[in-house]
Amino acid sequence: MANRKEKDRSRLLTRRAALLAGGQLALLGTLAGRLYYLQVVQADRYAMQADENRINIRLLAPPRGRILDRFGVPLAANKPTFRAVLVAEQAGDIQATLDAVASLVPLSEADRRRVLRDIRTKLSFVPVVLRDDLSWDEMTRIEVNTLELPGVSIEQALTRYYPFGDEVSHTVGYVAAVSEDDLHNDDPLLELPDFRIGKSGFEKAYDLDLRGTAGTSEVEVNAFGRVVRELAREEGLPGQDLSLSIDMALQDLAVKRCKAQGSASCVVLDAWTGEVLVLASTPSFDPGAFSTGLTTAMWQQLINDPLNPLSNKAISGTYAPGSTFKLLVALAGLENGVLTENTEFFCPGTFTLGNALFHCWKKGGHGTLSLKRAIPESCDVFFYHTADLLGIDKIAAMANRFGLGVKLDIDIPGEKTGIIPTRAWKMATTGVPWQRGETISCGIGQSFVSVTPLQLATYTARLVTGRAVVPRLLRKQGMMTPTSALPTGVDPDFASLGVQASHLQLIREGMFSVVNTLHGTAYSARIQDPTMLMAGKTGTAQVHHYSEAERAHGHLTGQLVPWKNRDHALFVGFAPYNAPRYVCAVVVEHGGATGGEGGAVAAPICHDVLLEAQKRDPVNRVPDQPFGVPTTVASG
Amino acid sequence: MAHSFLDRDTPRSSLALKVLGINWGLVLLLTCIACMGFAMLYSAANGHWEPWAAKQVVRFAVAVVIMVIVAAVDLRFWLRSAYLIYIAALLLLIAVEVRGAIGMGAQRWIDLGVIQLQPSELMKIALVLALARYFSMLTIEEIGRPWRLILPALLILLPAGLVMKQPDLGTAMMLVLSGGAIFFLAGVRWWKFALVLVAAGGAAPVAWRFLRDYQKNRILNFLDPENDPLGAGYHSLQSKIAIGSGGLFGKGFMAGSQAHLSFLPEKQTDFIFTMLAEEFGLVGCIVLLAAYTLVFIYGFAIAFRSRSHFGRLLALGLTINVFLYVFINTGMVMGLLPVVGVPLPLISYGGTAMLTVMFGFGLMMSVYVHRDLRLGRGGEE
Repeated sequence: MANRKEKDRSRLLTRRAALLAGGQLALLGTLAGRLYYLQVVQADRYAMQADENRINIRLLAPPRGRILDRFGVPLAANKPTFRAVLVAEQAGDIQATLDAVASLVPLSEADRRRVLRDIRTKLSFVPVVLRDDLSWDEMTRIEVNTLELPGVSIEQALTRYYPFGDEVSHTVGYVAAVSEDDLHNDDPLLELPDFRIGKSGFEKAYDLDLRGTAGTSEVEVNAFGRVVRELAREEGLPGQDLSLSIDMALQDLAVKRCKAQGSASCVVLDAWTGEVLVLASTPSFDPGAFSTGLTTAMWQQLINDPLNPLSNKAISGTYAPGSTFKLLVALAGLENGVLTENTEFFCPGTFTLGNALFHCWKKGGHGTLSLKRAIPESCDVFFYHTADLLGIDKIAAMANRFGLGVKLDIDIPGEKTGIIPTRAWKMATTGVPWQRGETISCGIGQSFVSVTPLQLATYTARLVTGRAVVPRLLRKQGMMTPTSALPTGVDPDFASLGVQASHLQLIREGMFSVVNTLHGTAYSARIQDPTMLMAGKTGTAQVHHYSEAERAHGHLTGQLVPWKNRDHALFVGFAPYNAPRYVCAVVVEHGGATGGEGGAVAAPICHDVLLEAQKRDPVNRVPDQPFGVPTTVASG
Repeated sequence: MAHSFLDRDTPRSSLALKVLGINWGLVLLLTCIACMGFAMLYSAANGHWEPWAAKQVVRFAVAVVIMVIVAAVDLRFWLRSAYLIYIAALLLLIAVEVRGAIGMGAQRWIDLGVIQLQPSELMKIALVLALARYFSMLTIEEIGRPWRLILPALLILLPAGLVMKQPDLGTAMMLVLSGGAIFFLAGVRWWKFALVLVAAGGAAPVAWRFLRDYQKNRILNFLDPENDPLGAGYHSLQSKIAIGSGGLFGKGFMAGSQAHLSFLPEKQTDFIFTMLAEEFGLVGCIVLLAAYTLVFIYGFAIAFRSRSHFGRLLALGLTINVFLYVFINTGMVMGLLPVVGVPLPLISYGGTAMLTVMFGFGLMMSVYVHRDLRLGRGGEE
């Protein structure tokens, strides 16, 4: 009986065990099936996810292209900077390491606090910056002591460097950290934390060329983001070096002369090619500061400065051209048959139109005079007559042909158009019909007329050549141009303006007399060397409208007038007179330091710059050759 | 069959014969599995014996000696000591719990200097021993009486509750399942299991309230692992990526990117199977699972060869215990089960698990060595 029960119990156990074994087999089958699903069916998906885990693509920022002057002098370059970094996990005793570093290079209390905070918040293998921008001395002091400084190392980076500081900053521009607005552009480089993007001037206009293409480094990272090894590396393309047409030596001179006058600008062009040799605007700013980050105080100072250092006045300052406009009015008169070489007008010192009285700058008047005297003596009444006979629309048409009041598309941002008024323009902007008296004012470059210094220089270049010279800053990159390939005449790509050569000759003769005859308004600024003679035209642009009462009082110029109300002093000129090549426009806001007129303040700058230009003669030298080295052409 | 030497109480000199009579094929199989473990630990340390592989080899060697000793000890001794061992394990479990309550946090082990003893691991064996003894004493009729099931149910629930409080969901699950398996083997009626399941279903919402947040998260993440790939679901997801990316043949020994780049959590302990899957692919996994299956077959064979009810229940219970280790661990890393802390026997790095598993195999072999013993209901022949 007991045996039988024992047997039953055994049989039950066997049955149940078999069931359990079956269950286990089924579960093992499930495991195998799951493994098959994961490792065969879904293998590709998971393999990809494993790679995504493992592989991280890092961008390598290419070095930014340099900006050079026409002779290869770097105006913007990259300077290696050094910073000391600390990897906490290698450092051991952080405090001791910090003390050791502090004994070698200055390390402020704030630096130490920041370092300790960074170490706490970052993963222990992430380098923490100890000190930025180490000098060479400081860097070497740390380098030779690295054995005593566990975890401390020197990192090198490239920062943008502007060797000439504020001297070409408006033209070259500056780079700064990428802002939200720049991100519409989907270059992945912009996401790099230390990346700098061109924010103004040439740096902005040619940012893409200068920037280069990102390289990539494929690295294997672990779950904490630590790089384990590099799997592949693709070097990017370094940014292109670009050459400006600027001659830095000439620019340097122009800037120094302008700076002395406070707020001023100066443009020098090669009349044959339109190449901009000088583009100066003062006061200026240090472009390097933008790259490292401006303080709020510095920024406030820049934007609140009444002399407006951030503005590139050479292309975005608009001024009434004053008497420099008379050349244009004269030419329009000649071309439209209103004037001939012999046309004479009588100047009693005033010009009356209805009830309005227009004054000549010379109180007693010039008497009877023709173009030959009207230009050098800058007789207002002569040009009142001419303008009145022409009407504003003919003047405007000629002005536009000569580059005034039109966009010249210079290759840096910020160019202003200025205003050359017409009847239609006035109706459209003010809704009031044109007044005849306004034509009179416009005839001497006042009233609505406003132009930029670059336009003035271009206008002069066109007067000199009779062709539609267009200014440009970018030089085609860098092959050595043999001397034989230097231009031998005006670039034939510039279309003729269709103006009679004899008329232009009359204008140029007038400009010659301005500078080189005793009665000329710029006689004191003449160049004495007969092979380098300068011609030009002075201008004084009224900023303040004077009442008759003020006129009666007489204090119209000079230092007795508040600075803001003083006239601007202008001068346009070219040289050498016999074979014109260099043209120059100078605008000194409010007559500069002395409150002088065009002839007294602007013409001397032009004199210095044009004289130096002819001495250096940059346009006749092979470009991309080191500064000042005479060029030789390989024979053959 | 040369079994006559075991028919009677044998003199001391028979010890050598007993040792020779051990199932050496099983020992070899276990050694093979352990060697795969050493290889994985060597790989986990990026090709170094330190800090894991070398220690594990030493532990295995010690464990083999213990296993042989356990195997040689008379099965009647184990039968007699079953409750004592159980009580000892329970007391240790309580001790850990009390000490934890006093304020040492969720510490699950007792430091013995040489090893850190985890009472919950020990309990897995002790429970099987105690239940095997209890049910081997009952006739079928007695098993049919519900009140006879109250004590064994308490034997399971008491330690399971304590372990759950630690909190160690995996071990609690294993205790309940292996205990249940012995109930089933002992012949408890189907409908009683159904009743318990229904009751458990009813109690689940209550039990849910007792789970810690991280345990709830693990269960929720098991149900929907993609829901929080960087948070609580991270382990599960990374583990699946590692297994899946291993493909058919794996990435090669020591070439698993997931494991070596630290995307795998606990790669040397609970997730070691993942590493194997990544480095040796489906082929490696199937080989390991096949080896385990052979171990289970050995376990069943030993049970069927045993002439004592206690021996059968013990061998089957222990086999199922190992099976549960393997299934829960691999099922967890494959995303079939929630992430719970159950090691892979013989492979995962860890002292207690190695010792208790080998202790279990020692008992299984003791059943084999003493297969012809007939044990009466009182533990007497």
